[in-house]
Amino acid sequence: MSITSSAAATATQPLAKARTGIAGLDEVTFGGLPAGRPTLVCGGPGCGKTLLATTFLVNGAVMFDEPGVFMSFEESSDDLIQNVASLDYELGDLVAQKKIAIDFVRVERSEIEESGEYDLEGLFVRLDFAIKSVGAKRVVLDTLEVLFAGLGDTQILRAEIRRLFAWLKQRGVTAIITAEQGSGALTRFGIEEYVSDCVMLLDNRVSNEITTRRLRVVKYRGSAHGTNEYPFLIDAQGVAVLPITSAGLAHSASDVVISSGIPGLNQMLGAGGFYTGTSILVSGTAGTGKTSLAAHFVESVCARGERCLYFAFEESPAQIIRNMRSIGLDLQPRIDAGLLRFEAARPSLFGLEMHLARMYREIEEFAPAATVLDPISALRGDTGDVHSMLLRVIDLLKSRGITAFLTNLLSVEGMDKSDAGMSSLMDTWLSLVQLESNGERNRGIYVLKSRGMNHSNQIREYQLTSQGVKLVDAYLGGSGVLTGSARVAQEMVDAASAIRRTEDNERKHRDIQRKRAALERQIAELRAELEAEEEDARKSQQQDEELEKRIQAERRAMAIQRGGTAT
Amino acid sequence: MSQMTNTAIEESPLPGGHYNLRLYVAGQTPKSITALANLKNICEEHLVGRYQIEVIDLLEHPQLAAGDQILAVPTLVRRLPEPLKRIIGNLSNMERVLVGLDLRPVVHHE
Repeated sequence: MSITSSAAATATQPLAKARTGIAGLDEVTFGGLPAGRPTLVCGGPGCGKTLLATTFLVNGAVMFDEPGVFMSFEESSDDLIQNVASLDYELGDLVAQKKIAIDFVRVERSEIEESGEYDLEGLFVRLDFAIKSVGAKRVVLDTLEVLFAGLGDTQILRAEIRRLFAWLKQRGVTAIITAEQGSGALTRFGIEEYVSDCVMLLDNRVSNEITTRRLRVVKYRGSAHGTNEYPFLIDAQGVAVLPITSAGLAHSASDVVISSGIPGLNQMLGAGGFYTGTSILVSGTAGTGKTSLAAHFVESVCARGERCLYFAFEESPAQIIRNMRSIGLDLQPRIDAGLLRFEAARPSLFGLEMHLARMYREIEEFAPAATVLDPISALRGDTGDVHSMLLRVIDLLKSRGITAFLTNLLSVEGMDKSDAGMSSLMDTWLSLVQLESNGERNRGIYVLKSRGMNHSNQIREYQLTSQGVKLVDAYLGGSGVLTGSARVAQEMVDAASAIRRTEDNERKHRDIQRKRAALERQIAELRAELEAEEEDARKSQQQDEELEKRIQAERRAMAIQRGGTAT
Repeated sequence: MSQMTNTAIEESPLPGGHYNLRLYVAGQTPKSITALANLKNICEEHLVGRYQIEVIDLLEHPQLAAGDQILAVPTLVRRLPEPLKRIIGNLSNMERVLVGLDLRPVVHHE
C-alpha cells in the first residue's frame, strides 16, 4: 500500500530524473531516466544492453555521486570488469572504492533441484545487502530473464518479478533492467508488463553489410521524449547516442566574414569571403581542384589562428599534405601548431551513423572554428540516409557556429541526386566546371548561390599554379565565355579584326578623296567647255554685227549711187 | 539460527559419507518452518547419525547469501559430500529431495 501512496505523491510533481551521463541519451529523454523507478532496456543479443547499463552505473558513481549496484545474471564479476575494461571503465577501482557493488547471481538449472514452494527472497536479500553496502542510488539487473531458464516455476517467477519491481520502486532506486528481445514482443518473457515507467529498445541492424546501432524510447510515462530511432555507438570511449535530428533552426547568424583563401574568389563573393558559421559546398567533377580549394580555406582559417578539423574520406592526410605542397600550400606547420587536425577514415569502414558519431565526438573534443568534409560523395548508403546524416552534421556544426566546408564529387554526367538534395542545406555553393573545347579542358568556377550576399554571376577561369589557385579574368565576348587557348585565340582574332577595321577606314577615306578629286575634275572640264561655248557665241555675234555694219555701209553706198541723196 | 559446524568431520568424512547440510531461510515464515521440519524427517529416515544441519537466516546474515549463490528461499545446500547440491522449496516433495541429495541412487547401489 505504501508503494501506491508514494507513487501518487510523486505524480503531482514534475518527474524527477536521473541523468545517465551518456552523451545524447539525456537529451532524448529530456533529462535522463525516471529517478527512483525501474527502466526496461530490451534488445537482441549483442546490441549493447549490458554496456548501456554499465555506463549508466559508472557515470552515476563517477559523475553524479550516485553509487550503484550491478546484479549480473549472465557474467561473473571478473568477466564483467574485464569486459568493460576495454572501454576505459575502471570498474575494479570503483568496486574497491565502494562506489559500485557487483553481485553475480549464478542460475544453473542443472544444479538446482526444486521441491515444493519457494520464493525469491534470497535475491531480495542479496540486492538489499548490496544496496546498503555502497548506499546505492542506482541498480542494474542484467538480464533478469535468465531466471526463467534457471527456474521451472514461471508462476512463482512472474509473481516475484512483479514484487521485485514494486520493491525497487519502494526503495527509490533508479534501476535499469535488461531483457532479451522476443519475437513479436519487446521481451521474450513479457517483462515489459511489469515495467510501466520507461522502456527503451536497442537494435543492431545490418544494411549494406554495415551495422548500425539504434536506440528508441518506446515509452516514458509522465515525460515527453524523443520518439525517433537514434543511432548510438559503442567505441573505445563508451556509449554515445546522437539525437541530432531534433535540432531546430535557431542558429544565430554571423556577420563575420572569413576569407576563402583565394583573393579572386573573395571578389566574386560580395562580402569578400564566406560568413562564418555557414555551410559551403564545392561541387565539381574529378580533377577540378575541390581539395585544393578546401586546402586554401583551411590555410585561411589557420592563418586567423583558429582551429580547423579536416575529415578526409578518400585520401590519407600525408597524401593531401604532399599534394597541396605542389600548389604551394604547406599545411604541415599548421598541424604541428595544433591548429589543423586530420581525421581520415574509409567511408566503408563504418556505417553512416558511426561516421556521424565519430565526427560528433571529434568536433566536441577539438572544438574547431571550421570543419572540412572531403568529399561527402564518398559516404555510401541510401540517398535518404546520406541526406539525413549530412543534415545532422550541418545542423551540429551550425548550432556550434562552426563553418562547414564540404566538397562533393559529381559524376561526369552532371548533377547527382544527392547534390540536388543538398543544395537547400547549403548557404554558399561553388560549382567547379570543366570547360571543354578545342581539344582542351579548362577549369571554371562560378558561384551558384551565396545566401546573404551579392555575388558575381560570372564563370571565372582558374588555374592551379605552383603558387596556389589563381583566378583569371575570363574572356567575355559576343560568343560567350572563353577560356584557355580559345580565349587567347579569340584575343588574337580581335586584334586582327581591329587592324582590318582601321585599314578599311583608311581605304574608304582614300576612295572618297579620289572620288572628290574626280568629280572636281569633271566640274572643271564642264566649266571650261561652257566657257569655250560662250566664247564661240560671243565671237559669232561680233562677226554678225560686223557683217551687218558692212551690209548697211554697202546699202548706203548703193543708194548714193542711185539717188544721189541719202534718205 | 542453530549452527552446528564441525570442521573435524569435514576433514575426514565418515565411511558411507557424512552429510553437511545448510538450510537458508529468510525469517520464520511458514515455508521455512515446513522446510526445516521436512528436512529433519528425511535426515532421520535416511541419514541417521551422519548428518549435520545448519540453518542460516538471511535476514540476520544477508552477507552470506551471495557466497552460496542463494536466490530462492528456502534453499537447502549440500556442502558435503561433494559436489555441492542445491534444492529449493519447502522440501515437501520428498522424492525430489532424495534425488537432489543423491540419496536414491546410493540406496539402490547398496
